[in-house]
Amino acid sequence: MTTVSLTVNGRAVTAAIDPRTLLVQFLRENLRLTGTHVGCDTSQCGACVVHLDGKAVKSCTTLAVAVDGSSVTTIEGLASGDALHPMQEAFREHHGLQCGFCTPGMIMSAVDMVNRRGHHLDEKTIREDLDGNICRCTGYHNIVKAIAAGAEAMGRAGAPLRQAAE
Amino acid sequence: MSATGIGAAVRRKEDHRFITGQGRYTDDINRPGQVHAYFLRSPHAHAIIKAIDTEAAAGMPGVIGIFTGADLAADKIGGLICGWMIHNKDGTPMRAGPHPALAQGKVRYVGDHVAVVVAETLAEAKDAAEAIAVDYEELPAVVDTGTAAGAKTVIHDEAPDNTVFNWHLGDREAVEKAFRAASHVTKLDLVNNRLVPNAMEPRAAVGDYDAGEGVFTLYTTSQNPHVARLVLSAFIGIAPENKLRVIAPDVGGGFGSKIFIYAEETVCVWAAKKVGRPVKWTADRTEAFLSDAHGRDHVTHAELATDAEGRILGMRVKTTANLGAYLSTFSSSVPTYLYAPLLSGQYDIPAIYCEVDAVYTNTAPVDAYRGAGRPEATFVVERLIEVTARQLGKDPARFRMQNYIRRFPHQTPVIMMYDTGNYGASLKKALEMIDYKGLGKRKRDSARAGKLRGIGFSSYIEACGIAPSAAVGSLGAGVGLWESAEVRVNPIGTVEVLTGSHSHGQGHETTFAQLVSDRLGISIDNVSIIHGDTDKVQMGMGTYGSRSGAVGMSAIFKALDKVIAKGKKVAAHVLEADEADIDFADGHFAVKGTDRKLDFGSCALQAYVAHKFNGQELEPGLKEGAFYDPTNFTFPAGVHICEVEIDPQTGVTRIERWAAVDDFGNVINPMIVEGQVHGGIAQGVGQALLEGARYNADGQLVTASFMDYTMPRADDLPSFDVGMTVTPCPSNPLGIKGCGEAGAIASPPAVINAITDALGHEEIAMPATPQAVWRAARKSMNRMAAE
Ligand code: FES
Ligand code: FES
Repeated sequence: MTTVSLTVNGRAVTAAIDPRTLLVQFLRENLRLTGTHVGCDTSQCGACVVHLDGKAVKSCTTLAVAVDGSSVTTIEGLASGDALHPMQEAFREHHGLQCGFCTPGMIMSAVDMVNRRGHHLDEKTIREDLDGNICRCTGYHNIVKAIAAGAEAMGRAGAPLRQAAE
Repeated sequence: MSATGIGAAVRRKEDHRFITGQGRYTDDINRPGQVHAYFLRSPHAHAIIKAIDTEAAAGMPGVIGIFTGADLAADKIGGLICGWMIHNKDGTPMRAGPHPALAQGKVRYVGDHVAVVVAETLAEAKDAAEAIAVDYEELPAVVDTGTAAGAKTVIHDEAPDNTVFNWHLGDREAVEKAFRAASHVTKLDLVNNRLVPNAMEPRAAVGDYDAGEGVFTLYTTSQNPHVARLVLSAFIGIAPENKLRVIAPDVGGGFGSKIFIYAEETVCVWAAKKVGRPVKWTADRTEAFLSDAHGRDHVTHAELATDAEGRILGMRVKTTANLGAYLSTFSSSVPTYLYAPLLSGQYDIPAIYCEVDAVYTNTAPVDAYRGAGRPEATFVVERLIEVTARQLGKDPARFRMQNYIRRFPHQTPVIMMYDTGNYGASLKKALEMIDYKGLGKRKRDSARAGKLRGIGFSSYIEACGIAPSAAVGSLGAGVGLWESAEVRVNPIGTVEVLTGSHSHGQGHETTFAQLVSDRLGISIDNVSIIHGDTDKVQMGMGTYGSRSGAVGMSAIFKALDKVIAKGKKVAAHVLEADEADIDFADGHFAVKGTDRKLDFGSCALQAYVAHKFNGQELEPGLKEGAFYDPTNFTFPAGVHICEVEIDPQTGVTRIERWAAVDDFGNVINPMIVEGQVHGGIAQGVGQALLEGARYNADGQLVTASFMDYTMPRADDLPSFDVGMTVTPCPSNPLGIKGCGEAGAIASPPAVINAITDALGHEEIAMPATPQAVWRAARKSMNRMAAE
């Protein structure tokens, strides 16, 4: 057993865990934050995307102990109180989800995309940038629309933008 | 139309929990004291199990129990069943081998279930499974669909030539005659590639046993929890139905793969009593690839006969369908009654004859996957039509228009009685949307850029709302395909609707509520839709085959009628009028020709307080149920046109344009319907361009992860132009035809027709990967150079 300390959705958590525990297991099983999903075992689908110190990571491919001391935001921590994050609202408004299983990862990836690429995202950019997330239900059509609209709305809401260093 | 009624693009009620991470999927459920199951699976495609030694494994840390097929047999747990009996040409029943949940002496595909380890943690269960010693005697594997019947190796003794059935439909003699009279015959050899459904949520189960009550509960990823309970009770023998509760909570996509009753779910619920603890299992993605029922996998030879004017005279089709190593729940119906009756497509074809041989192979079971039989039929029809038009030198759109059915009802030669449609209208609209007139210029522009542009059509038809029950019963179905609904009105006029349909992405919590809101004139927020729990909903047949609108909502409609009728009785007493003089509209019961009225909520309260009427003459309360059995199939139909551009240097195909015009009858929520179309097209494009489950000669699945099996991603697809035409369905009260599968049915031939058009009619198999397209493009160019 190893001890990890993380800030998850603004709350400090410390736990003794088996060192092989993945971040997604830690979130789902130890913290019962089941909004983060597991859709594959090869780091391909993006159902597990969370923000680690503000950047999107696949929590299925991240050891919890490796991120000791970091700050994690999951889908449960995205809204501020009752007010949905603009990207959440955009997914609802544009029917960017059907079964909802890929949705938390999609939304977390989308927010990260806006942080990296700005508020004005064209279809091509969105489609290319979304290549780490699989959705089997929507055919992506409405996800693309939702992300474009969510990006604009984040700009209007004055959400801080973190342009990628690259 | 009200803002939340029928026809409005109401935003989904269910979305809030999904976008905030509060969905409740099976793997999110944890029961107190829960332990974990891990299945030891066969590494061999075909082998005799000589011995299983679990002794070392049983002593490993955390292990609570290890069970094999012998333990299930000792508890008299029956095997998994196939619920549709098909008869051979000679009238004898199909030949099916047993399908034990845990292997009995033999394994028949890689991933077959050998034993289950139940342990405190999943890691401990996995570690222990590795310590189980299985003595296998390997047998040769039968893998190939086309040659399985002739193989020396026999998979099930009950099916000596690996053939489950030789089935046929249609009039062979009439077809022979049509072909003799033909001036042109088109012949095609087609493979409908094997697919893995890959709902993003892997299958999962939590079995729980309450020893005090003697009641089992199974939480599971199911599209039809009541059917699961029925099979687990009546056939597998877990417990009687009153002692078995099946809950299908939020389910992350199904596409058919979660209809079936599988080994893992069965074992988890049984093992919960065995070990006295709740038992949880969640598939990892590779397990899903190995053990979820796959889809398609047909090998077909098809011929179409036309006369000198280009009118279709007849069609003959010979298909071999791979059903895998065991017969999954509805497997036998897919290449038979869900396939051959659709071979008339949208065309007036006087004579059709179809033969289907279904074979066992050492591969995962094959069953319904989005469209189930209908995409296979549409692929045959639409490839034949397109190639015939080309061979006759006719414009493919005009050739279709020439042969469309124009008068309804139309009896096809293969069972179906099409009730209504307007195929020409859909085609015309789709041609406008894709700017067919501008195609020539676009082709020239592409050619100038060194690219090949092509267009492909698909005029599909599907049969949904599978029904009526007596009819499907006569065709071999083991169940009736009606649906149930119960409308419970609460004393203040809010409403709970209990439905036997199950939503796993379709948005029933919204569309069903729209219907109720529309009919009762109450706010959509005052309507809750309850589904997926056999303790709450009495009985239901679940969601598949695009049936929930046409059948599930019709049941709700029927129950609402009864609620309104009862409400009129109550209102008559309250308003002191004759029942015949009470009208119900816009949420009010009103006395004809007066201003006396009672709103729906007040009427509900009056029904429950029962002060204004004699409780002996009129029962208090406001709750009504209905079972709706359809009178016919419904026939959604439409036209999809795909335009591609191919780079002959790389073989990469880009879909440049997609126009879809569908006739789904009346539409409850266009936003949700369009979403269904988008998703269906994506799956069909996946089949046409990217996806293919491949077994090697030894029966190893070499495409068992997302690294090896290409799922469509956002940048593989365009945005789709989706339009609609409407001919209301005459056979159900809402005029709904169904929309869930259309995209997946329509799209594969549209894509392949477009690619072959771009390639100068060079044929290509699915998936048309860049490598395959590159090769075909070279062949085409060489051929054209030689000509
Ligand atoms: S679960 Fe992390 S990428 Fe699939
Ligand atoms: S909404 Fe179902 S996988 Fe994306």
